[in-house]
Amino acid sequence: MMTVFSPAGSIRRRLVVILLVVAAVLAGLLFVSVRTVANTAVETTQDAILGAATVAIAEELRGGEDGLTIDIPYAAFSMLGATGQDRVFYRILVGAETVTGYADLPLPDAPLSGLKPTFFSQQYDGDVVRTGAVSRSVLVDGRSQIVTVLVAQTRTAQDAISRQMANQAATLGLGFFAFAAILSIFTARSVLTPLNRLAEAMGRRGPQDLRPVDRAVPTELAPLMQALNGFIARLRGALTRTETFITEAAHHVRTPLATVRVQAEIAMRQTDDDALRATLRNIIRAVDDSARSAGQLLDHATVVYRADQRADELVALGPLVLDVVDSFSPTADMRDIALRVDAPDEVIALQFDRLLIESALRNLIDNAVKYSYADSIVDVQLSTDGTFAKLQVLDRGRGIGDGNSVQLVARFKRGENVGDVVGSGLGLTIVRDVTRAIGGSFDIKERQGGGTCAILLLPLA
Amino acid sequence: MRHIIIAAGLTLWASIAGAYEIEEEAVFEGGEAELSILSTTDTEVFAPLIAAFQASNPGVTLRYTVATSQQVFAALQEDAAFDLAISSAMDLQLKLANDGFAVPHASTETAALPDWARWRDQLFAFSQEPVVIIASKAAFDGKPPRTRAELIDVLRDDPARFVGRIGTYDPMISGAGYLFATQDARQSDTSWRLAEVVGGLNPKLFTTSGSMISEVQSGELALAYNVLGSYASQRLSGGDAVMIEALDFTHVLLRTALIPRTAERADLGATFLDFLLSAEGQQLVENETGMPRINEAALAAGPHLRPIRLDPGLLVFMDPLMRQQFLNEWTAAVVQD
Ligand SMILES: Nc1ncnc2c1ncn2[C@@H]1O[C@H](COP(=O)(O)OP(=O)(O)O)[C@@H](O)[C@H]1O
Ligand SMILES: [Mg+2]
Repeated sequence: MMTVFSPAGSIRRRLVVILLVVAAVLAGLLFVSVRTVANTAVETTQDAILGAATVAIAEELRGGEDGLTIDIPYAAFSMLGATGQDRVFYRILVGAETVTGYADLPLPDAPLSGLKPTFFSQQYDGDVVRTGAVSRSVLVDGRSQIVTVLVAQTRTAQDAISRQMANQAATLGLGFFAFAAILSIFTARSVLTPLNRLAEAMGRRGPQDLRPVDRAVPTELAPLMQALNGFIARLRGALTRTETFITEAAHHVRTPLATVRVQAEIAMRQTDDDALRATLRNIIRAVDDSARSAGQLLDHATVVYRADQRADELVALGPLVLDVVDSFSPTADMRDIALRVDAPDEVIALQFDRLLIESALRNLIDNAVKYSYADSIVDVQLSTDGTFAKLQVLDRGRGIGDGNSVQLVARFKRGENVGDVVGSGLGLTIVRDVTRAIGGSFDIKERQGGGTCAILLLPLA
Repeated sequence: MRHIIIAAGLTLWASIAGAYEIEEEAVFEGGEAELSILSTTDTEVFAPLIAAFQASNPGVTLRYTVATSQQVFAALQEDAAFDLAISSAMDLQLKLANDGFAVPHASTETAALPDWARWRDQLFAFSQEPVVIIASKAAFDGKPPRTRAELIDVLRDDPARFVGRIGTYDPMISGAGYLFATQDARQSDTSWRLAEVVGGLNPKLFTTSGSMISEVQSGELALAYNVLGSYASQRLSGGDAVMIEALDFTHVLLRTALIPRTAERADLGATFLDFLLSAEGQQLVENETGMPRINEAALAAGPHLRPIRLDPGLLVFMDPLMRQQFLNEWTAAVVQD
């Protein structure tokens, strides 16, 4: 019998989820780093322009006899408008005294050095401004004076570019994520391919196929393969042992019983003593009983074993029915019971283990004959509706009475109606096991007008 | 005398706290709401626009105040309450906007403006006017000069003929004149040469384009340099005076409007601004006032046309030290007595 596994999660899903998480993290990092780099680049560019303007103004500052002359180059401010429309502020100081420009424009915190401009951001007149500052010394009226130039610009254009960059970075990140997502699905598929192939190959194997798995698998699957092959080997051993055991058990039980029976018959023929003959007849009956029970036990064991280890073949039901019915004619004749077969001409075939079907049918006919009255008819009917083969065994015997089919098929369960009829209670169990294995159905019920009706439905090939 | 004028020009800048002066004020009666506009453009020029605006906004009484561009600037620096400030002095307007005296305004009309015709959603141009030369054909024997170089040659060849007969703006008093002079100076060295040549001819200085045009028409002047000829161009047709767009370069002035931060009815100011910029308004600007509407194609068609750019460069000559230095140099060149 097969256990249905309820899978605990999927490797593929887990793999995809992990890869997606990784992709999302990477996309996020990409977004952040592109933004950072872009922002730095934009700021550097803006600073370069701001610095150029600041230096240009500083370089036009000239000392002289009558004080400092300033000459702000038109281009110095004009170029600040190149990247956008930002407000511009400036302040020129000699020493600590503002000579022109916006006197409240904040100075840098740290003192300035060299001709290289210093940049800093701060709030001015309701806007964040970026300021470039440079200072140099100028000879004014024979005295060296420190002149400081500040040029500040609001950051509207820079922010606009940054926003645009951010959008592009976001698009890039999303694109990367989408790409990675597709890749991760492919990766998961490709990584799982050997596993899927193995699973498929194992699934494709017939129940008889107990050869060791001989496939090239990735290193990671090697331990599984070893375990699997070990398991298969053990199973094969166990099965072989079981098979041998069943055969041997049958042999060991039947042979002595047959010997006893033969000896008893010989003894019966050799004596005229009626009492002794009666005893011998009882012995023969008991032996028959035991043989049948042993047979059925073994039959049941065989059915259970073969249900998992089936030798499927294409079985034509018509001939099979005739064969089985034939084998019962001696028993039936003894009690003047007629066996009637009703099978159509067309071939009704199914794909299954012949032995199992025979076993099921034999048990049904055995019951029908067993529980029939002498001088009656047992009908075996075969028909089909295209998807199922229908096998009916009908008798005019004592019927199953109150017994319901579910109880009657239980192992070792016999009906109330058995009387002196011998039996083991395994017959219907065998029938049920076979129908289960083939995926069909079985029902036993009172027959209209007396007797019993057993119906087997078997799916066609 | 001239030195006094120079001093006045300088103090004008310095005396920010002083009260501003207006030239005239007209009230166009409408409804309850009052929209007050401070402008450098003469009332009669603007009247058709105001009439059209009131036709579609009958509930608005419009107070139209005219002042010089310097005074418009001064008024806003004093935070006088106007809802719209219109000026031909782009540099003063840009300084106002840069220094936070304007409030932003965005509408479909402002969005439709080309980039060069607006600054920061605060300053909007509604007309583009070439800065031209008006010349008397007779004074140039029927062959008025086409470039500054030609003009310099003619003036040098026969100076006697032009003494006292060249007119231009006085940059110390006129904001537009200062803008034109500074833009000339930064554009080319020819301008300085021209200034020196003109300086030798004892030029006459003016504060309005109108008076210069009249004097050329009357024959008193042979030539007026750096004139806003737009709304006088009809007057010229057929007469002796001709309007010349110098082929070496001709600046194009943008007349701009902004909504002051002190506006009491900024919404009305914005409505009027949008009206000025709308297709209908622009049509009226061109047809009724004679000021050319904003038209990119017209600029592209004239390779000599250089629109004065609305960019922070304009702030350079707003610097008091720069202004003082420039006026000193200009005076030295042009006022050579
Ligand atoms: N053809 C039949 N007629 C009447 N009773 C039947 C028939 N077949 C089965 N049964 C009932 O079902 C019981 C179970 O049958 P089975 O498993 O074959 O055991 P048994 O060895 O008793 O025949 C029987 O004991 C009997 O009561
Ligand atoms: Mg039975």
